[in-house]
Amino acid sequence: MRCQQCSNAEATVHLKEVTDGKLRELHLCETCANEKGFHPVIEQNKLSIATQFIWMAENLYPETSSKVGAVQCSACGLRYSQFSRVGRVGCPECYDAFQPQLQKILLRVHGATKHKGRLPVDPSAAPTMTGTLGGPESPAGGSTGGTTTKTREGGPASAQPAESAPADLSALTPEQVAAHVRELEEKLRRAVETEAYEDAARIRDEIRRLRGGAE
Amino acid sequence: MPIRDLIQGPIRWLEGSAPKNDRVLSTRIRLARNVAGVRFVGKALPGELEGLRERAFESAGQVSSFRGAAKVRMEELPLLDRQFLLERHLVSHDLTGEAQARGLVLDPEEKLSLLVNEEDHLRIQALYPGFQLEEAFERARIADQELESKLQYAIHPELGYLTACPTNVGTGMRASVLVHLPGLVLSQRIKKILTGIQQVGLTVRGFYGEGSEVVGNFFQISNQVTLGESEEETLGKLEQAIGQLLEWENRSQEGLLRDAGLQVEDKILRALGTLKYSRLLGSQELIGLLSAVRFGHTLGMRNVPSIAVLNDLLLKGQPAHLQRIAGREMSSEERNAFRAARVQKALGVEDVPSLQG
Repeated sequence: MRCQQCSNAEATVHLKEVTDGKLRELHLCETCANEKGFHPVIEQNKLSIATQFIWMAENLYPETSSKVGAVQCSACGLRYSQFSRVGRVGCPECYDAFQPQLQKILLRVHGATKHKGRLPVDPSAAPTMTGTLGGPESPAGGSTGGTTTKTREGGPASAQPAESAPADLSALTPEQVAAHVRELEEKLRRAVETEAYEDAARIRDEIRRLRGGAE
Repeated sequence: MPIRDLIQGPIRWLEGSAPKNDRVLSTRIRLARNVAGVRFVGKALPGELEGLRERAFESAGQVSSFRGAAKVRMEELPLLDRQFLLERHLVSHDLTGEAQARGLVLDPEEKLSLLVNEEDHLRIQALYPGFQLEEAFERARIADQELESKLQYAIHPELGYLTACPTNVGTGMRASVLVHLPGLVLSQRIKKILTGIQQVGLTVRGFYGEGSEVVGNFFQISNQVTLGESEEETLGKLEQAIGQLLEWENRSQEGLLRDAGLQVEDKILRALGTLKYSRLLGSQELIGLLSAVRFGHTLGMRNVPSIAVLNDLLLKGQPAHLQRIAGREMSSEERNAFRAARVQKALGVEDVPSLQG
């Protein structure tokens, strides 16, 4: 099979990607895969403890890794595939963007997913984590910095117009929307746990739409 | 205080009078913190890290923990000086590299430091001689509390302190104890015991921390888990594990003395002999020989050099330290000759036979 990107070389990297509920397959040569940030070859001896854990988690859930590789943090633009290569996230929001995957990694590393210990004494320094991060490509400066998860945009395989918000959304109070989002997040977590990724992608898109409408 | 002044005085964090200091070289607490609103180091935008470093320096300048501290922009430091700080266990391999806008704030006693733009924006580090987990933690905690009033940290309601690497998230705390375990090595029980240590959520590393080799029977034991247990629980676990480890070490030493006392004594004396009489001493070789003599100290041998002298040689025998003392760059062979001469001087050996006049 030829590379879908450049049509010149043999496709050796095969990826699956879920965008707006649709499963797409990507077949790329190594060069194009590298350009897109998918690195199939990793020098094992360079792996840190973190990346070793990530590999362990991904080997346990191979289905996950091929599909979530393209998940991207909307605040800093880091893709999950890039994170799993270097073992470091790009910004505080990555913890929410990659939450389902990180959950598994944290469980393997720490045997826990919830902090127990000190927090800053000053309550005004408490859970505001967003600050003024820019969007993926914009330089520093006050764009949204939301905490939604999204798939890679702008690539030939995933550029899709966002679905418009449902009519009844405006009738809901922000609290009701927030409650609904929480419900959906719980559903999303279960969907990922049961590896129902197409459901998960659909729910995630729904959450994104609700959050977009609520802002 | 310029970094070059560090070479003059005694090495404070290795001073001779600390608790259990024959078996435990040092205790370190490191708290990883990131500043809200700035991307983590690996993904930061151009200029962001320089700005962050200046903010960190300014904040450190306003708190009492860092009173009188030196502030160093790493790129302004010659390579040899960076190597020097690494040998001194004040920075990690990471901080000595050529990355952007790294910084160090170092208190005059060298017991407290702030590492800027390493893997995380901030790493508060307390380094104490001997076995002093509580003291080191208290020092780091206070510095942390003072800094948090100046810089808003990145916090997550579920995950606690957010770090670039998920292995540090939660408390962001890494507590490490550098222990000397010659008895367990000699009696060949070390492997089994270290495997056991790893199963209770602790990790074992070499003399210079992550990725470094074990030399001179020194092992760095630290916590792996930072999420789901409080700082006190982590410290308690580590304290208990080190206590157990030292007890096993004692038992191994007793067994060795009982079964092979003369051989052990012979090994120690030969090491001391080589330290006193040699022309060329390699740096790894020196660490091994110092370990053997230290073992003699722990066993209660009389007429062996003090722990303070052994510690001083351990650090100042390293390549960058030697070159700083000499005031010039030296080839490996020059260093080996200079090292041997320094050791003889420190041990008070004056009658070294020589071909040179």
